[in-house]
Amino acid sequence: MNKELTKKLSAGHATCQGCGIPAIVRAVLGATDEPVIVANATGCLEVTTTIYPYTAWKVPYVHSVFGNAAATAAGIDAAQNALVRSGKIKKKAKVVVFGGDGGTYDIGLQALSGALERGHDFLYVCYDNEGYMNTGGQRSGATPYGANTETAPAGETSFGKAQQRKDLMEIVNAHGIKYLAQSNVAFIHDLKKKAKKALETEGPSFLLVLQPCTQLWKFPTSQYVAVGKLATETNFWPLYEIEDRKYTINNIVKTPKPIEEFLKTQGRFKHLFSDKNKEVISKIQSEVDKNWEKLQKKCI
Amino acid sequence: MEKGGIIKHDLSKSPKTGDWAYAKPEVDKDKCIGCETCAMYCPDGCIEMIKHKEDAKNKADIDYEFCKGCGVCEQVCPVKAISMRK
Repeated sequence: MNKELTKKLSAGHATCQGCGIPAIVRAVLGATDEPVIVANATGCLEVTTTIYPYTAWKVPYVHSVFGNAAATAAGIDAAQNALVRSGKIKKKAKVVVFGGDGGTYDIGLQALSGALERGHDFLYVCYDNEGYMNTGGQRSGATPYGANTETAPAGETSFGKAQQRKDLMEIVNAHGIKYLAQSNVAFIHDLKKKAKKALETEGPSFLLVLQPCTQLWKFPTSQYVAVGKLATETNFWPLYEIEDRKYTINNIVKTPKPIEEFLKTQGRFKHLFSDKNKEVISKIQSEVDKNWEKLQKKCI
Repeated sequence: MEKGGIIKHDLSKSPKTGDWAYAKPEVDKDKCIGCETCAMYCPDGCIEMIKHKEDAKNKADIDYEFCKGCGVCEQVCPVKAISMRK
């Protein structure tokens, strides 16, 4: 076992074979040498790392309920402020929250919004696997248009999810926080760099990290890095950061690949390649192009 | 469980996820360039770079006690030094 990488999250946890979530956690927590306290929303990470009576966490870890991971972090931050004031501790530990897209886009959104608005000093990391993967792949606000999910199944009359995904980056940016970034587990150096910047930011910061799910995006266990790379290379998931409202794109793809390259790697989009669903693919492509243009305009 | 409901990490009691594997990665130590790409992407943190020969670079070494056999290391290796064997 790698002693350096497993300093904060050990092996022996029960994430699926080929899941990228632990790599995200290690990259983020490895970006600081200071003590950290982790708060976690209910989700894949929580259920797999804390199977009673074991824990894979070597750092203080709090899980309360699904929707309030950000509120928990706010509480930890406020408690530390009180302890510093009364002289019981000298320096505050960093507070890091991990939440899935269900616990961030949907259920935890108001707790996140509240904590951001109050300006607590914490980093919120959302690992986005685009659905409620822990409970069998129901649709969430992050599921892309056209994906086949348990609660938006593709069939004779339906082509899967009929709505576009939520633009969480813009929602978080509207709170006017100092640093937020969109990253991808397949570009782990980019993720590390952003985690370091985010942890050094005073006040709230936010990272949105794509996490390809081998089980319910339906691809072989060895492919999470390859699928993640394609998401960025097709401009489906551009990497960018926003510092003091200033946008920077971190990887400009010179000739973006067609979206089919990304879609065809996954079983959840398999139905789109039949004749009757052809226009769904062209709609996804035009949406990707539109979002990319919008993002480029924001960078000026 | 301790007083106060604190569960402490104890690796010796942890489930050994190595028995999930249906294939095991093998490292070709001659091909491995010690770039650590596999170690960073390994979901279980079970790849370590260790010295196996004097005046040679550190090479990937896999902990089969925890390796789940997903095959990510084989896929990300830039020099194809890792292969999955049944």
